[in-house]
Formats: sequence, structure tokens, C-alpha cells
Amino acid sequence: MAAMRTKPDPHIYTFPGFGSETFPNLMLRGAGDLNNWHLKVYEQQHEGYVAMKAALKMAPVAVTDEVKASGIRGRGGAGFPAGLKWSFMPKDTPERKVTRYLVCNGDEGEPGTFKDRVILEYNPHQLIEGMIIGGWAMQCAMGYIYIRGEFLWLIEKLEAAIQQARDAGYLGKNILGTGWDYDLLVYRGAGAYICGEETALLNSLEGRRGEPRVKPPFPAAKGAFGQPTTVNNVETLAAVPPIMRMGGAEYAKIGTPKNTGTRIFGVSGHVKRPGVYELPLGTPMDFVVNDLAGGSSTGKKIKAIIPGGASAPMFDEKDFDCPLDFDTVKARGSMAGSGGLIVMDEDTCMVQATLRLIRFYAHESCGQCTPCREGCNWMEMILYRIEHGEGRMADLDLLASLTPRISMRTLCPLGDAACGPMDSALQKFRHEFEHHITHKTCYTTGSRLLSKMGAH
Amino acid sequence: MNHPQPPETSNEPLAPGQRLPESERNELSPEAVAEIHTIMAKYPDKLAATLPALHIAQREFGFVSLSAMRAVAKAIGIPEGHVFGVATFYTMYQKAPVGKYHFSVCTNISCALRGAAQLLEKVCEKTGVTPGEGPSPDGMWSVEEVECLAGCGMSPCIQVNHDVYDELVDEQKLIEVMEACKRGDYRPWAT
Repeated sequence: MAAMRTKPDPHIYTFPGFGSETFPNLMLRGAGDLNNWHLKVYEQQHEGYVAMKAALKMAPVAVTDEVKASGIRGRGGAGFPAGLKWSFMPKDTPERKVTRYLVCNGDEGEPGTFKDRVILEYNPHQLIEGMIIGGWAMQCAMGYIYIRGEFLWLIEKLEAAIQQARDAGYLGKNILGTGWDYDLLVYRGAGAYICGEETALLNSLEGRRGEPRVKPPFPAAKGAFGQPTTVNNVETLAAVPPIMRMGGAEYAKIGTPKNTGTRIFGVSGHVKRPGVYELPLGTPMDFVVNDLAGGSSTGKKIKAIIPGGASAPMFDEKDFDCPLDFDTVKARGSMAGSGGLIVMDEDTCMVQATLRLIRFYAHESCGQCTPCREGCNWMEMILYRIEHGEGRMADLDLLASLTPRISMRTLCPLGDAACGPMDSALQKFRHEFEHHITHKTCYTTGSRLLSKMGAH
Repeated sequence: MNHPQPPETSNEPLAPGQRLPESERNELSPEAVAEIHTIMAKYPDKLAATLPALHIAQREFGFVSLSAMRAVAKAIGIPEGHVFGVATFYTMYQKAPVGKYHFSVCTNISCALRGAAQLLEKVCEKTGVTPGEGPSPDGMWSVEEVECLAGCGMSPCIQVNHDVYDELVDEQKLIEVMEACKRGDYRPWAT
């Protein structure tokens, strides 16, 4: 087994004012401290397992109500209210006892997103505590934590942390005298972006190819191993202990009324201080990019920002003031997604950037639905042609005609995700595509984004 | 798009799995089989052990060869076809031999904006390896272009076997990592 990582993560986590009432540190508490994953440290310094002990004294339905009252929306991308999702789980009836599962989605693969990694690195016990509270609220028999295969050192850390919790009596049989049996298992993925989709993740967890399932039945009816299952993101579950500690109503005061709480935003690309910043939802994008991340690292003006991981349509200058919450970002034509902000300066060639993104979707398409499997590949080939100076003007209309034939015509949102960057780049930076076709070279002078070593 | 051409020329076409490179061994060690059986017992369905068992087979065989897949199917007691399907779906199962130190270079958008394409070329130049063409003649290095490693904040990011190195913007850092590999500071592949 590999040695656990001992050198600090070079990501930036903090900024002046972080931890104050304006910028509460609910999930990145203690980030940067490599000893924080020990149960002792978590309990002594960060109110560890206080929320769990309180929750186990409450009725399960009261815990779900508390999470509902907090108004927290799923942090994985879709922004579905987590409390509501929990309440969909079928209850036991006198005739039928149900085996329920809670699954944690830690298959973080969205380009531009690196928040779960930080929680797993520095705060694994908060995730475990959240999984225990969630498991109690839904009376689950088991909790599975699915982590992407590349995070081997984090898996080892998480397993060690789970063992500490087990030794402390927080997991296993008859937890803290409640008569409730519950345990956690970590499942290691093997490198497939599609497994971030919840039904694909369930298939992968069952030892199958990560192909999304036909819905309905939704996981709450038929999920992992055929049993009712709730799938939550790492960040959502890590937010549960603070919610229980401060109370749902108090948590709901953070952020905006319909987008409550804090969220971890990852800023990457052309900025001076890229890193993860935990901020209340509704924080304006230009504050995050300019004030916290320090603005453009190249000295050039910022041309485009992807507001929610690679799948979100790009924003240009006129939307840089957009408050980062699920509803406003959606109203402005993009999506808050996974909270990864990718910043591009004006020297970035948008044809290359789009080609790189579409190549990702073409590579990661599971191949189940024809529109996505064929469409993404064709978009890649057409963009490749444009990038290599062999494009025709008709290609732009061809690209524009492809996206409505992929979007909303597939089992899962991967096809839609590929259309987001494609459509927005074509609409907002069409002149760069046209320049590429007429002049057979980039409109900008930035460095190459695509390697000469060829696609994999 | 990027499927390699099948090598066979005979009149009897090979099955897809048979086109994969073969490994020297074809049996899992008894310890590995025991490990797989322990994993099977943890889940409601033994099929769930497929992914972990393939990770174990990769560690034992060095890469997931056809015989590794067969050994996994036999250990779990499931159809070989299922294991072939799973092994070829996931990119982390190497279907061909890799070097002692396997470099996974992320070239996705966040890393690309900070010079991942140039880094990949640098890694290839220093190791003398072309991605997809197997390890270097001395068996020391292999290079793969991968999708997001969730190190976007300190890009460009590479993973050497199972350790992640971020912010490899300058050549010096890459040389340091390679020197450390040569000294044996990092665990070799499949250990």
C-alpha cells in the first residue's frame, strides 16, 4: 500500500476574514493541517461528532426535517434539495422491512473541480459524521463511499479514519446504545468520469460497467443492489454536521433564501491565487475571481469564465458580476454545477479550449446512447478540422445543428454537458471560429492548449 | 476514434480480448484470491468485487492482461465476459504493460491553461516515451495523457504511479521527480 501523502496540499484555502461570521468555515475548518484527519484532533478542536451524538438522540424523521429546514441543495451539480431527497426513501411498514443504503459520491472528475479532494484530505471525519447522521435519518443498513481510483492515498486515509470511528464505537453494531447497526465501506473506482452520474455510480459500485440506468426507477426506489438508495455528494454530506450543530434555521440564514449555506468554490486557470474558497452561496463571481483569487495571472484581461465545472456554458465579460448561486447562474444561461470556476484570459484560443473540452466528453462518453457517443465524437472531429486549418464556414452551422440533437436525448446529462461549452463558445466567440476558418490560424496569441503528442 | 488496429492477419479473426497483450503469469497468488474472497463477503452481491479484484490483479500481473481477467472471473466465479467488459470500460486498468514509473499527465482545460501540453511534451522528451506506445526500452518509464486528476488549483498536475504532483510549471520540478524515481524514493508500479 502506498504511503499516505505527507506533504501539504499546495492548494490555497484561506483568505482574510475566513472563519468570521460573514465567511463561515463550515467544511474547510482546519484545512491545511495534515493531522486533522485524526479522530482526536477532530473531536478536540472542531466539535467533532457532537452533531452525531445529538442526532442519534433525535427521531430519524426529525433529523431529516432539520436538514430540510436548512434548505441545503445538493452540491454535486444538479442542486436538488438534499432534505427532500432524503424524505423520498421508503419507510419500513409492519409488513415489510426495507434495507436502505446511503451512497456518497466521491467520484470527483469534473474538470475544474477539486473540492471533494480537500474535504477527504483534511476533514474525512466530517464526511464520516455526515454519513452516520444521514444513515440514521434514513435508517440505512450500510453506507458506501465511492471514491475515484486516482485518489488512492485519500482512500487509505479515509479507511484509517473509518477504523478510528469504528474503534470509538461510532460505527458497527448497536451504535451508542441506539440498537442501530451501520457501517461504512469505501469503494475504489477505476477511472471513469461517467461514474459521477448517480445511476452509473451505482452500477460501478455493483461491479459493472459505469453505464447510467434508465430512470425511473429512481435510486430511492431501486438503487444499489436493488435496494432503496440515496446518493449524495461528498460536500453535501460534509455539510450535514454543521447543519445539525447550528440548527437548520440558523444554517438557512447563510447565503440567499433559496440557496442556503456555504459552498466550496474552486478557482483555476489564469488567476494569481488559484485554490479552493468556501463562501456563502450568492457571492458575486468577480469578488471570487478578482478579490480572492487575485485576478488575471498573466496581466491580460479575463475573457471567459466557466462558472460551474467544465460542463457549464461559459460566461463572457457581461456576466462576470453574476452571483454564484444555483438560480441566478441558471437564469443567466449557465449552471452552478460543481462550483469549479475556470478562468481564461483574452489570449486563450477558444477553438482550442472548446476542442479540449469536447475531446474530454468524446473520451468519457460511456457509449450507451447514440446521440452522445456519436455526437461528441463528431463535434470533436469537426473542431479538430477547424483547429487544423481545414474548417469550412458551413462547419459552424453544422456544429450548431448537432447540439440540439444531443441535448436532452440521452439517458444521463453527459451529452447535455458537452453541449454547454460548445453552444456558449459558438455564440459568444464565433468570431474566433470564423478567424480560424478564414485565416487557418488562431485569433489569439496565447500558448498552445493541445499537445503535439496526439490524442489518447 | 482512437482504437488501435487489430494485429491479426489470419483467416480466423481473434476475439476482442485476445488482441490484448499477454502477461507472463496466468494465475493469481493464493493470497490475492483470499483477498478477493474477503472483499466478496463484504457486499450483498459477489459481482461487486469485480472492480477491487481487477485492481488486485493489476497489482499482481503488472497490467490487466487477458489471463488476469480470466483469473479474476475464476476467483469470483462470474462469467469471463463480464470481467472483460468491466476491465475494458475503465481507463485505470492498464491493458498493456507499463513502465516501473507510470506518468499520468492531465491535459484537461485547467491544466492546459497553465501549460499541460508543454509539460506532456517535456515528460515525453525526458523519458523518451510516446504515449500509447508502451514503456521505454529499459522498462523504467511510461507516459499516459489522462483526464482531470482534480488538481486544477495547482495545475499542471501529474500522477506518478499513485502519488500526485502538482504545480509542475517548471522543468526543474519534473527533473526532481524523475531523479527521485531513479533513486527509488517512490514505490514502483504494481507494488
